[in-house]
Amino acid sequence: MAANEVSHSPSITKTFYTSLFDITDGDNIKTCLQCANCSGVCPFGYLMDFPPGRMIAWMRAGIFDEVLETDSVWMCVSCYACTEVCPKNIPLTPGLMTRAKEEMLLAGNVPTELQSALEFSQRYGNPLGESPRKRAEWAKDLQPEVPIMRKAKRPVDVLWFVGDYPSYHPRVIQTTKALYKILNALGIDYGILGPEENSDGDTQRLAGERGLFEVLAEKNAKAFSRYEFGEIITTDPHAFNAIKNEYPELGIEYPVKHYTEFLAERIDDIKPLLKGNGEVKVTYHDPCYLGRANGVYDQPRALLEAIPGVELVEMPHNRTTSLCCGGGGGGMWLDGFQWEKGHVRLSEWRVREAINAGADVLAVACPYEPPRFEDAAKMVEGAGNLVVKDIVELLAEAMED
Amino acid sequence: MTHIMVPVKLVPDLVEELEIAESGTALDMAWLRLIINEFDDHAIEQAILLKERSGGEVTVIAPDQEGMDDVLFTAAAKGADRIIKLIGDFEEGTNNHALARAFANAAKEVGPDLILTGVQGNDDLDGSVGPYLAEYLGMAYVGYVAGLSLEGDKAIVQKEYPGGLIAEMEVTLPAVLGIQAAEEPPRYVAVSKVRQMMKEASIDEADAGDLDTSGGLEINSMYLPEAAERAEMLEGDEEEIATKLVEIFKEIGVM
Amino acid sequence: MNNDIYVVIEHVREQVADISYIMLAAAHDLAQETGGEVVGVLLGNDAQALADNMVADKVLYGDDPALAEFSSDAYTKALAGLISENEPRAVFFGSTTIGTDVAGVLSARLDFPMVSSCLKIADGKVVSQICGGKIMAESELADMTTIITVIPGGYKPEEGQGGSPEVTPVSVNVADLKVTLREYIEPEVADVDITTENVLIAIGRGIQTEDNIELAEELAELMDGAVCASRPVVDQGWLPTPRMVGKSGQLVKPKLYLALGISGAPEHVEGMADAENIIAVNIDPGAPIFDIAKYGAEVDLFDLIDCLLEALEDA
Repeated sequence: MAANEVSHSPSITKTFYTSLFDITDGDNIKTCLQCANCSGVCPFGYLMDFPPGRMIAWMRAGIFDEVLETDSVWMCVSCYACTEVCPKNIPLTPGLMTRAKEEMLLAGNVPTELQSALEFSQRYGNPLGESPRKRAEWAKDLQPEVPIMRKAKRPVDVLWFVGDYPSYHPRVIQTTKALYKILNALGIDYGILGPEENSDGDTQRLAGERGLFEVLAEKNAKAFSRYEFGEIITTDPHAFNAIKNEYPELGIEYPVKHYTEFLAERIDDIKPLLKGNGEVKVTYHDPCYLGRANGVYDQPRALLEAIPGVELVEMPHNRTTSLCCGGGGGGMWLDGFQWEKGHVRLSEWRVREAINAGADVLAVACPYEPPRFEDAAKMVEGAGNLVVKDIVELLAEAMED
Repeated sequence: MTHIMVPVKLVPDLVEELEIAESGTALDMAWLRLIINEFDDHAIEQAILLKERSGGEVTVIAPDQEGMDDVLFTAAAKGADRIIKLIGDFEEGTNNHALARAFANAAKEVGPDLILTGVQGNDDLDGSVGPYLAEYLGMAYVGYVAGLSLEGDKAIVQKEYPGGLIAEMEVTLPAVLGIQAAEEPPRYVAVSKVRQMMKEASIDEADAGDLDTSGGLEINSMYLPEAAERAEMLEGDEEEIATKLVEIFKEIGVM
Repeated sequence: MNNDIYVVIEHVREQVADISYIMLAAAHDLAQETGGEVVGVLLGNDAQALADNMVADKVLYGDDPALAEFSSDAYTKALAGLISENEPRAVFFGSTTIGTDVAGVLSARLDFPMVSSCLKIADGKVVSQICGGKIMAESELADMTTIITVIPGGYKPEEGQGGSPEVTPVSVNVADLKVTLREYIEPEVADVDITTENVLIAIGRGIQTEDNIELAEELAELMDGAVCASRPVVDQGWLPTPRMVGKSGQLVKPKLYLALGISGAPEHVEGMADAENIIAVNIDPGAPIFDIAKYGAEVDLFDLIDCLLEALEDA
């Protein structure tokens, strides 16, 4: 189809290459050693025609159009594994891979599943295609009421940016309600935006839709500017990443914490509330956008260890080497496409690690994960009894009698 | 060179709850979220595909409603050569007879050889736009089209029948075709491209004149169907449940 | 204008479509209000035999070689004369690939008003269902011939079947056609088109192994339906991709959707929520599928399938 063909002009390599310099540390790409660490560590590298290192080689040879003719960049889950190991600190995930996805998208070369998530995000402000009016529906019957800023009409200490999946996905809503419980138990003065909240846009950005990201960020900025609050907390590490690292470039600057950081600061208030439910072995999965992308490793573990009876065990891939659940960078919306390519799921690999580590519970801190790992646990042999819970769910349960 | 005109309209977004206006005879427009009729979106795609395949010109035309500028700029970003907005009193809603008359007037100025439009819209209560438009312009109409090619002064169209049967029909041009599905799903255009189009392209305006809604029936009342509830749980052991299921199968007419 | 109700009979390749009988049933309801007769209008070539087994007071039959296969132009020309000469109280068309090609054109050509998506006739009023079934609208017939398109769901085809109405030949004029059939292209027979099935047996993760799919197939065979699946089953390669229902799969609206061991994740529900009757079998009472199902059963699906196969064979 003509519209989906990438231009064959020889200058595509040059324009693309030059555009990478605009990104923070983008110049480092000139120093690539072709060591192939990036391609080796990439969880899907073996399924790509062009893993990151080879992309750079082709670019240097002036034949980058060949890279854009394959669809292997859609295997990238933006997990920062390559960026983490690069000895020359090349911004592979935020630069090379994201820019390549942008090129694909501009050429109209988008897998259908991803396309509908992007269209939904444009139309409804969330990738699930749910009604924006129902963004606070999860809070409908809760007592005490969840303060919605527009109705509360007062300044709050904390603006809770709930996020897409925590607002709409039936499984993830359970984690949202757990965080709600904890905020109330701690007497935090908080509010949510409700229908005025839009998708943070970060995953759309990493899937190549920079323009959409900007539109969504501007909408959120408008909502932020209407209210008074001390700081923002997020349920979703992707939202945390967007507001912390990307929004400031658009002139949208607010102090922001992921809930694990926020709660870890209050761990002394939390500890007396925790009763514990017996001995349990818990392993923790570092979400890419909390761990590698933002260096938050200790707070989640501190929260888990605060629960009486919890024994924390580590999986072979942990902290900086954590394995992606497969949902990042648009992976959440490319399940079918990626399955076709390799007939493997990263989430199943991770669940196997959890089982081998002897864990009863796989603890997570990102809304993409409970549904992905629970699905995986149904397919992995011997994982039938593995419990997948968000840290806030474990905390909230430990607060119950 | 073939000139293709694509009339499009907005329809209620069914993702949202719909409300009835105080009059009790129409949808509450204030509460309504409108989106492009998905079949019209396919009509745009089919027109662009034809243009890419065999040249020609595409004009997308739409009534002036809130949100329509985005739809038109998106069409331009996909490859439409000209975008036109019909200026008239559309905000309170109108019917398809009136819309078709307005499109027909505009078509006389545009002069298309072929008109592609969505085969239906989810809020159609007085038939769909395509057949009226065809008749007002003295053109032939074929609907439920899912693919076509041009051969001289004829369009060879694939018309869908139930069960997967396709009738290949010859239609003398100029004609109006009601598009069920484009040969490829409507393409994605990056937001940055649409934003760029907003700077570069301009929307032409055409006067819709007075809207003549004659041909539609007056609505006596409009209401929501009874709300669905959680499943009625069938009690008993497997055997009893199986028996109940067979009864239900008979009741709903699948046995 | 007289009080008769005309029903334009739809047929493709010597088969009268079910919607024709549904329309006859609706017309019967309306004729009781208007006090007129139910008149079938059949167009074709050597197709008079199709007029049998219809609940109609009579059938008008227009014969012409150009009417051997459906052409919107031929039908429009034949019917324009017939309707304007006789001015019946109302004319029914199927809200289908055939009926909608003709009804609107006639409304514009003859200046007769039109109402679409009629689900049923209630107290002489036309009850339409629009916006994906979310809105009902009632309207009264105009004081001139009213054109009505009918959607299925309000009447059963059997209600319009029976009897041998008298057939009256009428003359039709169908020259200079702008629309003609070139050929039929047969549907692919490689696999089942689940979007057109009346009955779908849907399986999910709960089916556990590839071998168990056979059980679902048996069930589908007995019920004259097809097996479809949620994503995991297709991902496993147990069923081909065209059998997948949901986001990035097929959008289906069967009369019966029997969901076996499907939890009802939003990704799946997107593709089947509009099914007419959803029956869910799941061992988990909290499965969201029960929120959209009409009937539910909280039992082990393999035990149930066994019993159901037996019950169906007995029935």
